[in-house]
Order: sequence, then C-alpha cells, then structure tokens
Amino acid sequence: MSIALEHVSYVYSPGTAYEKHALKDVSFEIPQGQFVGIIGHTGSGKSTLIQHLNGLVRATSGKVLYEGQNIYDEGYNMRALRSQVGLVFQYPEYQLFEVDVLSDVCFGPKNQGLSPEECEKNARKALELVGFPEKYYKQSPFELSGGQKRRVAIAGVLAMKPKVLILDEPTAGLDPKGRDEILDQVEKLHKETGMTVVLVSHSMEDIARYVERIIVMNHGEKMLDGTPKEVFRHYKELEQVGLAAPQVTYVMHDLKERGFDVSPDATTIEEAADEIMKSFRG
Amino acid sequence: MPTEMIQAEKLIYEYDKRDEEGNIIGSERAIDGVDIDVPAGSFAAILGHNGSGKSTLAKHMNAILVPTGGTMWVDGRDTKDPDELWNVRQTAGMVFQNPDNQIIGTVVEEDVGFGPENLGVPTDEIWQRVEESLKAVGMLDRRKDSPNKLSGGQKQRVAIAGVLAMEPKCIVLDEPTAMLDPNGRKEVIRAVEELRKKKNVTVILITHYMEEVIDADQVFVMDDGHIVMHGTPREIFSRVDELKSYRMDVPQVTMLAEALRKRGLNLPKGILRREELVEALCQLR
Amino acid sequence: MIRDITIGQYYPAQSRIHRLDPRVKIVCTLLFLVSLFIQNSLLGYVIATVYLGAVIRLSKVPLKYIVKGLKPIVILLLFTVVMNLFLTRNGETLVHFWIFAITEGGLRTSLFMAIRLMYLVAGSSIMTFTTSPNGLTEGMEKLLHPLNKLNVPVHEVAMMMSIALRFIPILLEETDKIMKAQQARGADFESGNIIQRAKAMVPILVPLFVSAFRRANDLAMAMESRCYHGGEGRTKMKPLRYKSGDRIAYILTLIYLVVIFVVGRFVPFKLWIF
Repeated sequence: MSIALEHVSYVYSPGTAYEKHALKDVSFEIPQGQFVGIIGHTGSGKSTLIQHLNGLVRATSGKVLYEGQNIYDEGYNMRALRSQVGLVFQYPEYQLFEVDVLSDVCFGPKNQGLSPEECEKNARKALELVGFPEKYYKQSPFELSGGQKRRVAIAGVLAMKPKVLILDEPTAGLDPKGRDEILDQVEKLHKETGMTVVLVSHSMEDIARYVERIIVMNHGEKMLDGTPKEVFRHYKELEQVGLAAPQVTYVMHDLKERGFDVSPDATTIEEAADEIMKSFRG
Repeated sequence: MPTEMIQAEKLIYEYDKRDEEGNIIGSERAIDGVDIDVPAGSFAAILGHNGSGKSTLAKHMNAILVPTGGTMWVDGRDTKDPDELWNVRQTAGMVFQNPDNQIIGTVVEEDVGFGPENLGVPTDEIWQRVEESLKAVGMLDRRKDSPNKLSGGQKQRVAIAGVLAMEPKCIVLDEPTAMLDPNGRKEVIRAVEELRKKKNVTVILITHYMEEVIDADQVFVMDDGHIVMHGTPREIFSRVDELKSYRMDVPQVTMLAEALRKRGLNLPKGILRREELVEALCQLR
Repeated sequence: MIRDITIGQYYPAQSRIHRLDPRVKIVCTLLFLVSLFIQNSLLGYVIATVYLGAVIRLSKVPLKYIVKGLKPIVILLLFTVVMNLFLTRNGETLVHFWIFAITEGGLRTSLFMAIRLMYLVAGSSIMTFTTSPNGLTEGMEKLLHPLNKLNVPVHEVAMMMSIALRFIPILLEETDKIMKAQQARGADFESGNIIQRAKAMVPILVPLFVSAFRRANDLAMAMESRCYHGGEGRTKMKPLRYKSGDRIAYILTLIYLVVIFVVGRFVPFKLWIF
C-alpha cells in the first residue's frame, strides 16, 4: 500500500533546442497514510514530479510503482489509478464548469461509472469533508468566493474516494484565514480517513506545521528527504537554492548564537515557545 | 482643500445586485464611508481579506471606478471630474495581481513603452524612459525578451516599470505578490523599496502578506467596506486577536512573541522583526 | 501536438531579413505569391526557387523549420497531387492501368501544383518566422492606414491582433492545464464516438472561456489604467521608417517579379514534358 518512484527521469522535448531535464533520477517511497510535503522553488521540477504520481506525465525512464505494480506495465488501468491518486492542481477553481456545485463535484464519480445516486452520495460526502455549507450546493460555482470555490474543486477530487491526495499549492492567493482553514481541513481529513496526503507548498511555515516528512526538490533532483526538523537543520543549504527555513527556526539559531540554551530544531511557533520557556526556567 | 497625494472623504461605492435574469434586486456597498489620507512620498499599506473591499478602493485611486458617494482626490484632483481622468491615471499608476493579464507588449521593452505611447510622449523620450524604468526595476538585460519567458516576479517588475515610464507621482499595487512564490515576492518588494528610496514616489501596497507591510508608514485594515484599523505597523500588529478576527494574521515572529507573552514572559507588544525579538529576549535574561 | 504547428511562429535571430521593415516583408511576400501565379513553367519555378532559397539562406532560419511548417499541408498536398495526376487528361498517356491513366499534362500539372503550394506556405512562413507578431501588426496597420479615411478602425484591429498573438501561448498552456486537471478527475478525451468526444470537450471549453473572459477583463482594465484611449494622439516607440536595405529589398523583389514574368511567359524552354 504505497506509492514509489524508482530512478525516474523526465526530459522535455528531447532532441530539440528546447530539451530540458525536468527530473533527474528521482527515487522515493511514500507509505500509505503519510503526510508529506514537497518543497522547491518554481522550476525545481515539483509540479512535473506530482504529475508522475497519477500517470498524467510519463517518465522518460524509470518506474512508478503504485501498490507494488509498475503503472507503465502494458494494460495498466490509468483511469483507475487516477481515481486512487487524486491530484488537485494549483488554482483548481479554474477547472469548475458545471451549472451548480453538486453537479460539478459529481463529475469525477460520473467518470468512474457510478450510478447517479452513488455519484451524489459521494459528492455530498466529499463536500462535507471539505466543510462546504450545504445551503450553497445548488449555487453556480462561479458565484462563490475564492476560498469556497477552492473547497468545491478539492471536493471534486475527493468525491472519487482516492487513497492518496496530492495538493499543489492549495492556499495560493487566499487570505491568511482562508489559508489556515484549507490546511486545517486537509489535516482533519488526513487524520479522519488515514489518507496519504502530499502537499506542495512554498510556505515553509505551513509545511513545518502540518507535515511529517519533507522532500526538497532542486533542479529536478531530490535534494533532501526527512522530517521537518532534519530538513530545516540544513537551512543554509536551503538558502543557497533559493529556499529558506521557517522564520522561527532562524530566531532559534540567533538565540543559540547569543548563548541561549535552546535547541535550534524548533520549526513551529509552539515548539519554539516551549523551547524558549524551558531555557528561561532552566 | 485636499493637500495629500491620496485623499478620500466619506467614500462610498455602491453597485447593483442583479438576479439571474439581470433585474436589479437591490444594491451592495463594496465601500462604505472610507476616509484615508496618504501624504506625498509616504508608504501606506492596505490589508484586508478577500472580498473586504480593498481592491475596489484601489481602483478608485486610478479612476477605474468612481465613487457613488463621497470624494476621492488624487494629488488634489477629483477623480469624478471627467476632464481630469487622464491626469489622474498618469499621476497614480496601477499594478495588478495577475502578471500575465497586464502585460500588453510581446517584447518587454515594447510593453514598458505602452504607457508613454498612450500619453503621446515623443519617440526619443520614450526610449529614454523605457531604459530608465527597466533599469530602476533591474530588468534592463531582459528588454528584448518575450514576457512569456519571464518568471512571475520578473513579469511584475516589468509591470512596475511600465507604470514608472509614465512618470507617476504615486504607485498603487493591488496584491502584486499574491500569485508569486517567495522569491518572486521578495524581488517585487525589493523593487518597490528601491523606488520609494530613489524616486520618492508615494506607494500604496495592497496585500495579505503581513511581512510586506512592516516598513509601511501607516497601515489600514479593511473589512466589509470599512476601515476597521489604522495605525503604524507596530500598533496594528500588537493587536493580534483583533487582526485575526478580520481574517488577517501577524508575522510569524510577532506570533512567537505573542505566544511567549501568553506563557508569562514580559515582552513588549508589537515586535515585528527577528532581531527585535532576539534583542528583547536577551534583555530579559 | 498543438505546439508542432510552426506557421505563424517567430524565429528570433539576427539577420538581414529580420531587420527589414515589416511592410517590406508583407509586400514582398505578396509579390512572391503573385509571382507563383503569373507563370507556370519550369524556368519560372527555377527562378522562384533561387529567390526563395536566397531569402531562406539570408534569414538564418534553419530549413528544417520551414519543412516542418509544411507538415500541416501534407494531406492537402497529396490530395492535390493525386487529383491532378489522375484527373487531368492532357497530352500523351504515359501510364495506363485499369480505369486510371497518367498523362503528360497530368504529371506536369500535379508537380507544378505541388511546388506552388509548398512555396506558398514556405514563402508566408518565412515572413512570420522573421517578423515579430508586433512588427507584423504594425506593418499591417501602417499599410492599411489609408483605409482609416473609409472609417475602417485600422488601429483597433491591429491592436486586437497583437493582443491575440500575445495571449495565444498563454491560452494554449491554460488549455493543457485544464485538460490535465479534468483528466485527473477521470475525464476521458480519447475514446467514444464523435458525440461522446464532443461532449467531453465541455469540461475544457467552459473553464477556458471563463478564463479568457476574465483575462480580457483584467487586460482591458490594465490598458485603461495605463491611459490607453485608442489610436488618437498616440506616439510610437518604434515608428516604422524605411532604410536603404528596405529600398534594396523592394528593388530586388520587383526585378525578380519582372524576370520571372518575362522568362516564365516568353522563353520557350522545355525539358521533356515540363
């Protein structure tokens, strides 16, 4: 029950002047139920990477294994894979097209070939999971606020009952409260359903707060892979590739330099506050 | 008599609400009685959640929208006066959120020249202005490129250059960083900072990234068409709970200081920067 | 797939042809197209080949690119060749089998037709390869300027064209993104009959139109805020001015036109049946 990449490479327009290695020999395994963050600056290959996980982009070389089976095997059911591995693109509200919210969310289940009743049941469940208020189910998705549209779009993927949920920058363009709401909702979802969640984000603060493992991409290669603490320990290397650690990590390092007896590993506000208090009491 | 660069008095903007057939079923106030003063050469930030009315307010500063009640003056000109329209737009240039949707030219330098062309500036001077503006935002070496080849941050810098080339006294940036990654955001904010220092233009920045407003002279917080908070960044960010009630946030460092205060440390309110926090903690020891 | 189409694309390079005034390129391309139709002889095509070859050489656009640009017309080309080959009955019969016959005239017409078609496309693509979209629209605007007197909104049309050109790659990318997003929701664009496939386009087209309208709205606002108010009182950053190179290009093309006309029509040169 896992998803794994084995030596995956991907080359754009091979043999032309625009040839570009988007991914270079990337390998990792994500066990079922993990909450993983993927970070990397724009153009680091992270978007290409996640599109490999549900077979939208086909690797130039290497294997993608879902539950132990190579998805590039002949006769492999790609559409079944896509309903198992749900991918929510950046600004997913731009894919909404139906006359009302409920019908839009039904699009996925309908493509799975479910009966209209089942479609609606799954769609309702999905909308509930993202905390979308029932009174708007029959409204046009184009009349909703930005945050609500995004919920509908995420529900549209959840309605297919995937075992893995991949979110590409789910908070882009939202206001601070909207960002927190979406991520809290995703975390709740992860806890309640045991779904694997892969979160692609630019915000180190968000990543540190929610995920249990971080994969850092740089120039198409996997640069770091570990728990937030382990990864942010390399904050100097992260800076060199245009990334950074969460702000509190820097505060902790500064304090340590100034002779405070603190571990600089804290990556969230809570951890940092606890650590600082300990040094005051101690 | 209005003396400030941007001045609004009891500004109201009302629009008709329509049902599905297009019949008017009432009206909605996107802006409801807003007063603001932004002195020439200063830096003002406007915060507010999505739908709070901050973008609508910004569009008044450039006469894209005109008030349905109250008055907006830009450098002493009433934006309602149709004779002043082009003067207002030239005085207060505007940069929008989506980098792709505001670049008109197919070559960087041609896009920057678009504004001056519209103003009827002579050809030689357009070239001069384009060069200067691109230099000011650090994009001179990409002048011959297609905008499609640029990163988000670079596109926004081109957009800023496009406004600069019109030699405005004031630049209004409507969420210029909302669609950018952290590096792009830094690039844009740094470019804006440079402008303030070197060209002494008035800057009005609309955003919901708290870190970007730390250097502002004054911060306005909007909610439901009203200005609900107003003050220096320090004053604003010391009211953490109030800000949160308006769907806003505070910088992470401020949050940490607040968490420590709640745990009993006697830290001052409104700590904004990492160095300040470290310094304050050292004092306490 | 969509990206394979090279017609209408700009190939950035520094060459004599690139530097020419867009008006020259538009007019000379038209003259070249005319030259293909005012004669129909072997010598004429030799001269056209020399002219086209020289221009391609000077433009520094790789021949590969131009050949690639011919790809979309392959079917049309084959169709024309086959039709002419078998349906033209003119002169001596060369090959005969069952009900088909290839005559001298048929061979001749089909071959010349194919060359003419290929040169048509190659000639126009050389123009688009060497002229930036903006240059093209500006050239058109200037050339069509006299129509302004007839109340034709030349400036507005040119502006619309240049904006369309700028947004084509953006909308292509967007289409790709929306397609992938719907595929991730299980959409299937490849199987089913025509009606099913047409229906499968709805989830792509609706979001695409919504987005295009949003962009158009944003862009209109951005243009207004930068004081755009139509063509009146507008100055140009890059006004078009003829230089000596442009005059030479005009003269050479005119000479070419005269030569091809005279030679193609009045020099009775024949090689076998051509």
